[in-house]
Amino acid sequence: MLKSTVDRVAEATPHVIARRMHGLSDRALAWLFVAPSIVLLLAVNIFPLIWTIRLSFTNFRVNRPNAEVDFVGLRNYASILSDRDIWLTMQATAHFLIWTIVLQVLIGFSLAYLINKKFRGNDLWTTIIVLPMMLSPAVVGNFWTFLYQPQIGLFNYAVGFLTGADPSSFSMIGDVKLAPWAIIIVDTWMWTPFVMLICLAGLRSIPPSIYEAAECDRASKWRQFWTITIPLVLPFLMLAVLFRGIENFKMFDLVVQLTGGGPGSITELTSINLKREAFEKWRTGYASAYAVILFVTVFGLASIYVKALNKVKQR
Amino acid sequence: MTIRHFRTLAASGALLAAGVAIPGGASARDLTLCWAAWDPANALVELSKDFEAKSGVSMKFEFVPWPNFADRMLNELNSGGKLCDLMIGDSQWIGGAAENGQYVKLNDFFDKEGIKMSDFIPATVVGYAEWPKNSPNYWALPAFGDVVGWSYRKDWFARPELQAEFKEKYGRELAVPKTFGELKDIVQFFQKREIDGKTVYGAAIYTERGSEGITMGVMDVLYSFGFKYENPDKPYELEGYVNSAEAVKGLEFYKELYDCCTPPGHSDAYMSEDIDAYKSGQVALHMNFAFTWPGIHADANVGGEKSGYFPNPAGPDGAAYAQLGGQGISVVSSSEKQEDALAYIKWFAQPEIQQKWWEMGGYSALLKVVEDPNFATSQPYAQTFLDSMAIVQDFWAEPAYASLLQAAQKRFHDYVVAGQGSAKDALDGLVKDWTEVFEDEGKY
Repeated sequence: MLKSTVDRVAEATPHVIARRMHGLSDRALAWLFVAPSIVLLLAVNIFPLIWTIRLSFTNFRVNRPNAEVDFVGLRNYASILSDRDIWLTMQATAHFLIWTIVLQVLIGFSLAYLINKKFRGNDLWTTIIVLPMMLSPAVVGNFWTFLYQPQIGLFNYAVGFLTGADPSSFSMIGDVKLAPWAIIIVDTWMWTPFVMLICLAGLRSIPPSIYEAAECDRASKWRQFWTITIPLVLPFLMLAVLFRGIENFKMFDLVVQLTGGGPGSITELTSINLKREAFEKWRTGYASAYAVILFVTVFGLASIYVKALNKVKQR
Repeated sequence: MTIRHFRTLAASGALLAAGVAIPGGASARDLTLCWAAWDPANALVELSKDFEAKSGVSMKFEFVPWPNFADRMLNELNSGGKLCDLMIGDSQWIGGAAENGQYVKLNDFFDKEGIKMSDFIPATVVGYAEWPKNSPNYWALPAFGDVVGWSYRKDWFARPELQAEFKEKYGRELAVPKTFGELKDIVQFFQKREIDGKTVYGAAIYTERGSEGITMGVMDVLYSFGFKYENPDKPYELEGYVNSAEAVKGLEFYKELYDCCTPPGHSDAYMSEDIDAYKSGQVALHMNFAFTWPGIHADANVGGEKSGYFPNPAGPDGAAYAQLGGQGISVVSSSEKQEDALAYIKWFAQPEIQQKWWEMGGYSALLKVVEDPNFATSQPYAQTFLDSMAIVQDFWAEPAYASLLQAAQKRFHDYVVAGQGSAKDALDGLVKDWTEVFEDEGKY
């Protein structure tokens, strides 16, 4: 007679442990197994969150261990929300977030649509396209600073070649108007393959029979695209937007490496600004309030978005 | 896996861990010295071999590149970490490190060992060792004297055709500038000039945003234009001093230098980017700390007779000042090896070691070394170093220096590089930011 997995695990359990376990209810056993994860979660996620919220109401500075810590109420929150510079970093973040998502969705979906077609070298092209997302953001940021170099950079040379402009006449990361686009280009170059892969999974999940039925009904390719492909890929696309949105809201490494937040503060995203407050100015209480505000913003937006995503999936 | 197997494995693991740990702990006495990763640090590694041989203490070094140096090391000090026994920390850290008990006060040690601060260059004592400033409370031994100055392409300046053209255009010799006005003429003259078939540019100056770069560069110019940190008679009164008409002119001048005469893409340059621009033959003039000069002198491309050095020129009213760099060496309070760390400082303070330090590329701050009759001629940049050290000023060294520095970085970069607002706006904004910081500090 075949033994069940449960029986085999029970037999393999050492007697010492089995004796100790004997008499425990299923519920107690379940808690026993889940407890380490819960303890870990509390220790590394929940406790720091609660501690951060507590610190956000104080004037605590981590570099002043001897200084008295005062409760300042909502002063940190009020000062953050009324700080013009912080709103400018929010604007810079929104600009970066919106344009990277728009470009990555458009290009990513287009690439996925092309890759989904059967042609020679399909796999090779897929591999080549996904290469950028396998690199470290610090490495990508570093080598793009060379590509953007006005005197020796390939990017400037290519633009000069195509437009006839002098390559050294513009600086992608040193010009106030170009720098926000410089970081968008690099992020799009790096993360479009990720969106493409998710879209590709969506495209490949559509049963061919649906298209065959549409063909029988003499639906045009255009019509098939809008009434079959887009609605069925939409949940995947929305998932990609969610992932990229969350990732880019907390974008730090790539932009620090590329521009350091400059020129001036044009590309200083909220995460860079937060890092300066927390670990350069050492305003721990203030930075905690800042982090709480960002957390609530991301959490709130993501929750609304996930509800919308669920509605789309249920359609 | 049975319990017995588990125990065997655990015992093996413990033995293995012990085995791994033994080599690390084999040396009964060792010290870790923390500093920035740069040429002088390599020289110090060599110099310290003498200490190792004499004391039996083995030296370990933790060097962090400049852009991350403050972040990394201040984190270490703030967290009470035990990584560093000795810290060669930046001059601006002294206030915070002293007030927060991160450095050991060295007065008793100096008295006991007969180390006198009067034996060191006065500016380095004030800048690197004292807190509060100008009080006999010492938290470090001046370790590495440094100051912002200029190097220039002596070989280009010597070309007859360039000299003739310059004289015709400006009515004077193409020579080391005595004022910032003259300096601007020179960099404009070289900007986008063809030399040996290559386009060259005027000057490499500090424009870095992330750490302290642009502030060090701007301040270097502002001092000579008449900028003052505060009312000399009323500490922390900033209005009218930080944003004085002279300071506004100085900041405007720095922006003009950046706009007219730097290489393309020079929007985020600090020590290493500037030295790269100079050594690769891109620029005629190069603003940088004196520590770069031994490397320039030894460089195959621009070294030897090809380069000359000069201190900061004078501002419109004839005053000349320069931004102090450099560091003192301190014992970290959380270190458990303070006795050995103090022994290292005692060894380092000896005149013969200081002399060796200078010969190896370290800028000694000991008067006996720099006042030696042969010192000024010992290296082509030695006299410039002495002249520059005589005119130094330093940034705030308050415990809140990081907030003061970040505000300056933002205001200066916003104006100079991003071109937002006016110089007056930038300095008015700086007064506002710094006032807020000092209010938080309870200074008013």
